Amino acid sequence: MISMIMVLNQKGDIMISRQYRDDVGRAAADSFRLQVVAAKETGTEAPVKRIENCSFLYTRHLNMYFVALTRSNVNPALVFEYLFQLIRILKAYLGEDFDENAMRNNMTLIYELMDETMDFGYPQNCAVDVLRLYINLGNVRPQDEPEPSQLTSQITGAIDWRREGIRHKKNEVYIDVLESVNLLLSSNGNVLRNEVTGQVQMNTKLTGMPECKFGLNDKLVIDKEKEDRKPGVEIDDCTFHRCVRLGKFDADRTITFIPPDGEFELMRYRVTDNINLPFRIIPAVQEEQGMTKVSINLKVIANFSDQLYATHVVLKVPVPKNTAKAKIKHSFGRAKYEPEQQAIVWRVKRFAGKAECHINAEVDLMPTVRPKPWSRPPINVEFQVPMFTASGVHVRFLRVYDKSGYHTNRWVRYITKAGNYQIRI
Amino acid sequence: MAKFVGNNDKGSDSRFFTTQKKGEMHELRMELHSTDRNVKVDAVKKVIASMTVGKDVSMLFTDVLNCVQTGNIELKKLVYLYLINYAKTQPELTLLAVNTFVKDASDANPLIRALAVRTMGCIRVDRITEYLCEPLSRALRDEDPYVRKTAAVCVAKLYDIAPELVAERGFLEILHDLISDSNPSVVANGVAALSEIAETSGKDVMKISASVLQKLLAALNECTEWGQVFILDSLAKYTPADGREAEGIIERVTPRLQHANSAVVMSAVKVILSYMELMGSQNSDVIRALTRKLAPPLVTLLNSEPEIQYVALRNINLIVQKRPTILEQEIKVFFCKYNDPIYVKMEKLEIIIKLVSEKNIDQVLLELKEYATEVDVDFVRKAVSAIGRCAVKLERAAERCIGVLLELIQTKVNYVVQESVIVIKDIFRRYPNRYESIIATLCDNLDTLDEPLAKASMIWIIGEYAERIDNADELLDTFLETFEEEDPAVQLQLLSATVKCFLKNPEDTQDMVQRVLDLATEESDNPDLRDRGFIYWRLLSTDPEAAKMVVLGDKPVIEDDTFKLDPSLLNVLIGQIATLSSVYHKPPESFVVRRGAGETNEFDDDDDDDDDEDYEGGGEGEVDLLDMGGLGIADGAGGAQSKERQVPLQKVCGPEKSGGLEISAGFTQRKRKIRLEIEINNISSATEVASLAIQLNKNSFSLSPASQQIVCNPPVAKGSTGRTFCELVINANMMAPPPAAGQPVSPQVQIAIKNMTSGTVFYFAVNCNFEALFSADGAMERSAFIESWKSIDDRSELYGTVSDLPPGAADIESVQKKFLQNNVFFIARRPVPGAEGQEVVYFSMRTVSEMEFLAELTFKQGVNACKVCLKTENTAYGLLAKQALESLLRY
Repeated sequence: MISMIMVLNQKGDIMISRQYRDDVGRAAADSFRLQVVAAKETGTEAPVKRIENCSFLYTRHLNMYFVALTRSNVNPALVFEYLFQLIRILKAYLGEDFDENAMRNNMTLIYELMDETMDFGYPQNCAVDVLRLYINLGNVRPQDEPEPSQLTSQITGAIDWRREGIRHKKNEVYIDVLESVNLLLSSNGNVLRNEVTGQVQMNTKLTGMPECKFGLNDKLVIDKEKEDRKPGVEIDDCTFHRCVRLGKFDADRTITFIPPDGEFELMRYRVTDNINLPFRIIPAVQEEQGMTKVSINLKVIANFSDQLYATHVVLKVPVPKNTAKAKIKHSFGRAKYEPEQQAIVWRVKRFAGKAECHINAEVDLMPTVRPKPWSRPPINVEFQVPMFTASGVHVRFLRVYDKSGYHTNRWVRYITKAGNYQIRI
Repeated sequence: MAKFVGNNDKGSDSRFFTTQKKGEMHELRMELHSTDRNVKVDAVKKVIASMTVGKDVSMLFTDVLNCVQTGNIELKKLVYLYLINYAKTQPELTLLAVNTFVKDASDANPLIRALAVRTMGCIRVDRITEYLCEPLSRALRDEDPYVRKTAAVCVAKLYDIAPELVAERGFLEILHDLISDSNPSVVANGVAALSEIAETSGKDVMKISASVLQKLLAALNECTEWGQVFILDSLAKYTPADGREAEGIIERVTPRLQHANSAVVMSAVKVILSYMELMGSQNSDVIRALTRKLAPPLVTLLNSEPEIQYVALRNINLIVQKRPTILEQEIKVFFCKYNDPIYVKMEKLEIIIKLVSEKNIDQVLLELKEYATEVDVDFVRKAVSAIGRCAVKLERAAERCIGVLLELIQTKVNYVVQESVIVIKDIFRRYPNRYESIIATLCDNLDTLDEPLAKASMIWIIGEYAERIDNADELLDTFLETFEEEDPAVQLQLLSATVKCFLKNPEDTQDMVQRVLDLATEESDNPDLRDRGFIYWRLLSTDPEAAKMVVLGDKPVIEDDTFKLDPSLLNVLIGQIATLSSVYHKPPESFVVRRGAGETNEFDDDDDDDDDEDYEGGGEGEVDLLDMGGLGIADGAGGAQSKERQVPLQKVCGPEKSGGLEISAGFTQRKRKIRLEIEINNISSATEVASLAIQLNKNSFSLSPASQQIVCNPPVAKGSTGRTFCELVINANMMAPPPAAGQPVSPQVQIAIKNMTSGTVFYFAVNCNFEALFSADGAMERSAFIESWKSIDDRSELYGTVSDLPPGAADIESVQKKFLQNNVFFIARRPVPGAEGQEVVYFSMRTVSEMEFLAELTFKQGVNACKVCLKTENTAYGLLAKQALESLLRY
């Protein structure tokens, strides 16, 4: 199991080191500093590194290295998941962008958290809500601090993600269905890769220990119910928050759970069939003989209902390195050549559904002594389309059952974003 | 989400890092004794901050320990953190904390009870361990689940320190009971602890029976994500009784494939894959269904963080080798995204090559071509090489692959061309005489080649197809101009290619081949090249026809190497899915070193984690472990033989001279290296001895330290004893002036040592045990011995009798054996003519400084004494050599 967790800064200085087993020592930090930090190779080198039979598994947050050391044959996914959890916990305590200073300022708190979330190299309870009940540096003492025994049953309970006795005046659930579309089109319009990854984010404000049942228009469920409705969406695969009863899902694909209080990610899913691409882009890029000019012609079509609109649309059309200037004609939005991006960047704040746009650019190139061939990187597209799902997934129901039988307000939002949305030219 | 803890400078912990001036320790000490709780807490925080940055704050041990008597749980946690770090260096003082621990372990607050048990388990001091057993035994039966789950892990901790205690106290049985605990966290930690003990001891302490199995499967639904991983990993080690049981377990495990935590998913995959093996072929339907179920979660893993993707890809690499059907339809998901990290892209490429088939080759080639235009050189090269590997793998697609390679060569990008040439050579070797038409294109790009491997490949192609290249000899000639500067690999290829060329076209290349052979045999100092040159030369000059058969003979066609992992290794690794072993693609034994079984603690340094005098205890425990595992070294005769002679150390320096240290030292030889063994007994030096610097005066043996620095690992604290050594080398400059004629040299070596921690310098002298200098390479030919023996004047013989030898020491066989271990080599043995029961034995030895000594030992049966006669040219050292033999005889 894990022998030690270290946090190092960019220079490789130890900021935090917590030893769980005595088969590695601080000196290991030196080998890590020399072989990984100094090499500045992160991003190219694998995140698992073996130096003299000591394995270093590391990830980064900002410019800090979170490193787990071990000498045994550990489960590497477990180690990384713990490191991610640790970073998540620190984010919850110290703020999303906690930095070196924040780490130093709260060193003792961090030690306390590390002591609680891992014992002898085995990860223990990592639920932030529960940790907050008893690790708070004495700064915040909630009035209703639970009795120690109640606390411990919380920490070790089957439902360690939710504490008992939560009360809300209004019972509400916010559901966000976030989809990101990954697309790779070849220059002649063939789909090389296309998939949607979706997340269902929830924010629950519910009293007591409510039992929830959640339903999407999952094809497998709809087919079973045999209702004369639109066919459901074929979901390739999904993963669930640990509150969801997986056995139940496996048996009849119903999603049942007692939710954590507040924000959490209920599930992720993946869809690869019948995807509605929100934008169609037809490129025509020609390099002129002798490499003095490139002409670019683009047609962009918003392929969704005219009731909706897309926001934050950004199209990056790469141009060669030696571009001198670009003459751009377009019907709306703002477009200009941005040398630092080596691309023509076209931005549109609001792109109505069914709208079409043409862009025309004449790019003049500077003459170079040794003309290098241009690698023609793909066009990159970013966008957000509210109230639209590329996969066609929608929430069919969310039922909340509680002893007291209160009424729950539900709010559902959909948004589709571009993931890796690329068109080769 | 609101920020929870203030970031403001006032009251933040960063101020504790800043103040570290002189006299500060004193100040800290005062603060630690303050009556104001806040001052006290702050002081402890400062101590922890210093500890974090690696400063030694062990001198505050008692002061910090004093703070432990507090009801404040925050302060308590900090003090315990300090204790864990420094307990080893202050084992005596740590005992003072025992009372607090014991008291806390029965506190009313379960959080404190658990904290005490958890911390005690982390303190690896023998005597603390004794006190641990009672509270632990209570904690394991505590009414509070939080305490029980902590206690469960603590049993694993205790097993690591003192396995016999765990057995004695019956903790294993209690641990086993915890598997049926009502609380899932307790079950999870119980399983984790048992699995660990099972692994370290090599015994099946987990004992999964039918009922245990049911409990584990039931807990699987209840447990935390980590607990699920522990349970799944232990299930993977279990062998189901039959196919039906396997199927039943798999059914319970498959829902885990939907878990958000990738570790749970991977462990579930591992269980399913291992059990599929056991189900055999009769259940082909079930296996097909499982195969379909495994693909989606594996693909989903590729949407996780890059680190997880990397781990998943390394595992998938194994899975597609074992069961190619699982992902055969999914090759697209392994196509690289533009912004994937390089390490992910590289792994994806490997898998693409493994999944490529005639159905998808066109798509794959388009992708690979795309990658070959990217910027990262390593990735581009790998993509180009992948195209070649596709060609080698798929015969019917080879032509298309070559087409793509030719297109890429046209880009004239230096490294693309080079890599293409390298893979084209492989394609030629796979499909001889099929694609020679492209050689012309390759030849156009000769100038771009500057890497040895690419050059060597190109030269191989030229030599192999010399008859089809009009100007093969000219091309080779251009390379020959720089022959001497080339890499050996290129030189070898040039030599072979020129010879091939000559055999195919002898008229025009006579001069050239002569030149190459000259260069190879006369100018080069590379033995491989010279040997090959001579072989060719001889072949060509004696029998050109034979040369043709040898040099131009058919070469074996190379095989597609994409499924290269050896099947037995692959099976081992499939059982190791979701472990580091599957990431490294190496069996665990190759990188997991059990402690006590080899070199340990390479990383250990002197600050915080070293074994102190309780090291011995821990060590013994581990040896026991090994014996249980059946790995112990054979005992009996073998054991006795392998025992090395312990050099008796001489007391050389008392505490009054060296600032409170008592030093003993002696010379010895280990693994062919001469060492000065030093034993340090820290009688009264307050600072612990961690590092020493050593200097030797000129001496009769030219000895000089290999490194001036000696590290004491572990550091020697007051009241303890530590051993270290200094490696010595022979340095002619260190030779002392020779003694007056006829006088023996002084055996003394004068040494100065500086204690780097305290700055004290002290001097002493050690008498050299001459036998430590005998060289392991000193064996002498019998004839040489006789010659030397005769040539040395009888007057310089040294005589002596060694009497009162210990019983058995006069047995010639054992003397011979003993001497051999100490590099005194046996020459001959013969009975003395005319003297019943007497035998003479001859030995020789040579020191590392090349002095030879010849010895004649006479034994008489039944007499525990022996006559020694010694001859040497180096008379001044004769006496020492004789003494050395005597001490070896007596030992």
